[in-house]
Amino acid sequence: MSIGLHNSEFKNPVVRWIDQRMPVFTMMQKEYGTFPTPKNFNYFWNFGALAMVTLLIMIATGIFLSMNYAAHTSLAFDSVERIMRDVNFGWLIRYIHMNGASMFFIVVYIHIFRGMYYGSYKAPRELLWMLGVVIFLLMMATAFMGYVLPWGQMSFWGATVITNLFSAFPVVGNFIVELLWGGFSVDNPTLNRFFSLHYLLPFVIFGVVFLHVAALHITGSNNPLGIEPKGPQDTLPFHPYYTAKDSVGLVVYFIVFAVLVFFAPNYLGHPDNYIPANPLVTPPHIVPEWYFLPYYAILRAVPDKLGGVLLMFGSILVWFVLPWLDRSPVRSMRFRPLARPFFLLWTVCFLVLLWVGAKPAEGHYVLIARIATAYYFAYFLVILPLLGRLERPLPLPESISRPVLGGGPLPAGAAAKPMEKA
Amino acid sequence: MADTTQAATDGAPRRDFLMLVTGAFAAVGVGAIAWPFIASLQPAKDTLALASTDVDLAPIAEGQAVTVMWRGKPVFVRNRTAKEIEEARAVPANSLPDPASDQSRVQKDQWLVLIGICTHLGCVPTGQKATDARGEFGGWFCPCHGSHYDTSGRIRKGPAPRNLDVPQYAFTSDTKIKIG
Repeated sequence: MSIGLHNSEFKNPVVRWIDQRMPVFTMMQKEYGTFPTPKNFNYFWNFGALAMVTLLIMIATGIFLSMNYAAHTSLAFDSVERIMRDVNFGWLIRYIHMNGASMFFIVVYIHIFRGMYYGSYKAPRELLWMLGVVIFLLMMATAFMGYVLPWGQMSFWGATVITNLFSAFPVVGNFIVELLWGGFSVDNPTLNRFFSLHYLLPFVIFGVVFLHVAALHITGSNNPLGIEPKGPQDTLPFHPYYTAKDSVGLVVYFIVFAVLVFFAPNYLGHPDNYIPANPLVTPPHIVPEWYFLPYYAILRAVPDKLGGVLLMFGSILVWFVLPWLDRSPVRSMRFRPLARPFFLLWTVCFLVLLWVGAKPAEGHYVLIARIATAYYFAYFLVILPLLGRLERPLPLPESISRPVLGGGPLPAGAAAKPMEKA
Repeated sequence: MADTTQAATDGAPRRDFLMLVTGAFAAVGVGAIAWPFIASLQPAKDTLALASTDVDLAPIAEGQAVTVMWRGKPVFVRNRTAKEIEEARAVPANSLPDPASDQSRVQKDQWLVLIGICTHLGCVPTGQKATDARGEFGGWFCPCHGSHYDTSGRIRKGPAPRNLDVPQYAFTSDTKIKIG
């Protein structure tokens, strides 16, 4: 790298002065202005940007909530009620934060579905995908600890149940649990450290998101056809084409978000969390927040403590190795006649687990949960590896432009040369 | 932006208009979003509900002073002696740094009610207790930067720009006041 002022292309003297010394404007222009983006995105490709917006909303509302929150067992519940009743617009900020968590998971689940359906995890995007799984795990930890902070009944007993999961591990189990608790039960030290970590982790997420985006801008985006752009005729500059398309999705997203916040703010929550925590009385029916229900269903589907915990963690950890379980060179499910129905059935299984996780663990619900759990893992560990060998995919289009423009000619030499990325 | 086929005659002003409308909407949107966040930083309802304090004057003997809390601030209530009142009224008001007559600062001659915060930089002046330093004018003395207040709480010497503030208060009976 040469030493000296950056050769800036900006004309505005102030922008130019800064850009020569610290080329952030050049970088933004390259990564978000002219960044070559496949021109055939559908609306599934909005959800990365939506997740980013949600993260920022959560950080902003969270910072303002923390200004009025007291992380102490004797004060926490009342301080949250004070936010709801006395702090100006506290109800709004808290309802945005509460429902923002749900919106975050909705958006990220769709984002993950998009990645799985269109094979975005496959080479060369394996690391990009794995960083995404890391973000998801961090999100789960953050959401769980955030739910503990209001110190209601569900907070307390959710914290008790989830932290006790770690006691299933032999030898180190109890040590880990006491480390989480800072005592011999979920109590004030637990609340304190959860608050600290709940404030910290979003910024860790922000850092991993940066890496996620950095990796994305090396490989470039996947697209609904799952084939690489073969030249400039297959791409569009990110701005204004995808800033505009993302904005359309953002408006719809805000409408859904606003409906939740203003008309059904407690729809996705549990009424028991408006009862102050009582370490002596367990609510009759403990359920985690809706976004954890599939894993909760997997946990309960296994009649063995350690087995259940391992399968529950495994259900997400298996995503890390997905790029190596699915050996098919074809990315998009559009061209995989067998994998497509199997994957859609997996999606149904995921939703069934979400539904059954909220039901009592008895009777036929257990059977349903077991079947869905079995298929959840069979898809990853048996079906995908087999399909990689057995499936005969449909012919892939020659280029992204072909199906869009109805078979326009390819420029000479473009076919073999992958698009150059900086 | 050069892809408009209608050229500069029609396309450019329309685009300018759209840009302005979009910008205006964005500005209103940002303002609407910022509003609740800024409002949440202002005093909450429970804070405002604590905005008045009742004081019983009966136990305060002549020459004695008490300090009460009002909105998190000290309020000085002093039962002034006849000599102190006389001293405060002997000075011509317009010779003072912050001219104000003693009569304008009290509701009943003997009762002086002040916010006990120096108008310089917010320290609490001494002079409430008989053993405290009261400055050269027998009222209060701020130890931080040496402001002297007289028996009417008016600034007489030192860096403070204004007299000690008189809070809003009312006599609810002969021996009771409500501050705020």
